[in-house]
Amino acid sequence: MPENRAHEYWKSNIRIVLSLLAVWFFISFGCGILFVDALDTIRIGGFKLGFWIAQQGSIFVFVILIFVYIHLMDKLDDRYNVDDGGHAGDEEEI
Amino acid sequence: MSVQIWTFVFVILSFGLYIGIAIWSRAGSTSDFYVAGGGVPPLANGMATAADWMSAASFISMAGIISFIGRDGTFYLMGWTGGYVLLALLLAPYLRKFGKFTVPDFIGDRYYSKTARLIAVFCAISVSFVYVCGQMQGAGIVFSRFLEVDITTGVIIGMTIVFFYAVLGGMKGITYTQVAQYCVLIFAFMVPAIFISILMTGNPVPQLGFGSELTPEFGGGYLLDRLDGMSEELGFGVYTEGQRSTQDVFFITAALMFGTAGLPHVIIRFFTVPNVRDARRSAGFALIFIAILYTTAPAVAAFARTNLINTVDNIEYTEVPEWFTTWEATNLISFTDKNGDGRIQYVGDPEVNELDVNRDIMVLANPEIAGLPAWVIALVAAGGLAAALSTAAGLLLVISTAVSHDLMKRSFMPDISEQQELRYARMAIFVAVLIAGYFGINPPAYVAQVVAFAFGLAAASFFPAIVLGIFNKRMNKEGAIAGMIAGFSFTALYIIYFRFINPAADNAENWLFGISPEGIGTMGTLINLMVALTVARFADDPPEAVQNIVEDIRLPGEPDKTTSGTENPA
Repeated sequence: MPENRAHEYWKSNIRIVLSLLAVWFFISFGCGILFVDALDTIRIGGFKLGFWIAQQGSIFVFVILIFVYIHLMDKLDDRYNVDDGGHAGDEEEI
Repeated sequence: MSVQIWTFVFVILSFGLYIGIAIWSRAGSTSDFYVAGGGVPPLANGMATAADWMSAASFISMAGIISFIGRDGTFYLMGWTGGYVLLALLLAPYLRKFGKFTVPDFIGDRYYSKTARLIAVFCAISVSFVYVCGQMQGAGIVFSRFLEVDITTGVIIGMTIVFFYAVLGGMKGITYTQVAQYCVLIFAFMVPAIFISILMTGNPVPQLGFGSELTPEFGGGYLLDRLDGMSEELGFGVYTEGQRSTQDVFFITAALMFGTAGLPHVIIRFFTVPNVRDARRSAGFALIFIAILYTTAPAVAAFARTNLINTVDNIEYTEVPEWFTTWEATNLISFTDKNGDGRIQYVGDPEVNELDVNRDIMVLANPEIAGLPAWVIALVAAGGLAAALSTAAGLLLVISTAVSHDLMKRSFMPDISEQQELRYARMAIFVAVLIAGYFGINPPAYVAQVVAFAFGLAAASFFPAIVLGIFNKRMNKEGAIAGMIAGFSFTALYIIYFRFINPAADNAENWLFGISPEGIGTMGTLINLMVALTVARFADDPPEAVQNIVEDIRLPGEPDKTTSGTENPA
């Protein structure tokens, strides 16, 4: 791959990683720890919202984040045609 | 059938399965032995990673600890799952592309230095040893309680089983036994949780039962409201509110996350899949499999706590249920009738409280407390053993590869043949099992605290060195080595000071910025980063060949012509 395309690929990669890490930080350290007491004033069923995010909700978000990452990176790999034998294109749904 | 017969049945069946798999998946080459030949499908690797990762601490201790500390338990839940986001986004794909066998391999090649490799070997071995002793001890507790053998016999049985499949199969044997162990442990964790959730809330999904109303027999009202009310009334503090300071929770959570992403036995699992895409996928699958247990654990914690208070508070000692007496025999629960009224007073005030409950038994005794059938109780024993043995095997492999591959082949005896290297790897596992077994039988009194040590050290040494190695092309050996040494020593000294030298001073007033020793790894990580970046500016850039390695691991595709076959230039 020419150097400038490799450079572009890396920049898009960094952008994806940083935006997902921003969500990761906001949900876990933000909602789960720093603003947990404020969020606890909101109730959903038997849960206080802050407590729920801290003990359960954040974990669901972590799972979703990794799968969004897998999906975005697959698309990026296809666009730049960097395939190392991982069956480009036929596993779009993951 | 009695609980003990059921336990024998489950333990013998599951051990038979592990041994069968070990015989089927013998390792023939060093590549088989170190990375299962690099051919593990992502789904299987996800399960193996989950079992590798979830130790006796996750299975036996975590829900119990949460049920005693309430919302503060969050740092375990988020810390031990959020680390996977870092692992998936910052480490796994690049390390897979790098495509070697061990973490010191990466550090040594990327930082073109034998010193860096040896520091990494030292960190990998110390982190893994600390951790494996806890696993052996966990296996011993399960054996002694459920099979009524003494702890020594229990540890020896566990050692023999691990030894058998780790020595025969190396990573290949470990991977496929871990897949089986995941199935056993998740089944064993979920079945009692589902039963208890139905019993207490009528909802079969424990994650939802956690936020549901209790059935009329349990007094109605939302579970968490009732638990808050009861805990406050007895003087334990409100369950859904925090007791620790916000900054401490913040730092502990971060230390556990960075530590998770830096633990060598987890990282090497990503060397076993065929390619970069599969490395990303298996990180996703691993977290799903882990999340099943981790989202159930806080529910189990709340159920167990409610049930315990309901069952024991203020009842006549002569009328305690049978489980109480069985666990009393193990000294894990004890009653002292301080006011002599023959009733159990279970309250927050240590002066008045008459009941001492070991946190570890909350998961193990929970099915009995809830009055579940004998086979469910027995299942928990098999699950606890699966969790302890699967993690122990992964850790022992790290120790053995660090010795045979990084110390012997790559550092001091480069001329040994593959067969000799394999023989050294097997011998190293043998010795490591013996030492781990010794500490399992004669546990240092501080095993539980030492686990926090392992995370802090992994966070302060490996995590920054690897991330910088991938994301900062100009990071050189001087920076990385200085960073690792600074981060590791700072963290180790802080923990050793407060835990072993001056435990009397171990309270928030003396801590640096109010950060407990559990959370200091985060500070160690930051120190490592800052030292590395500063020192790197005063030394030469890494050689061209190393910068090409970095270019190469950033792209999942075919290796660039310039970098293929780059050998360690040091």
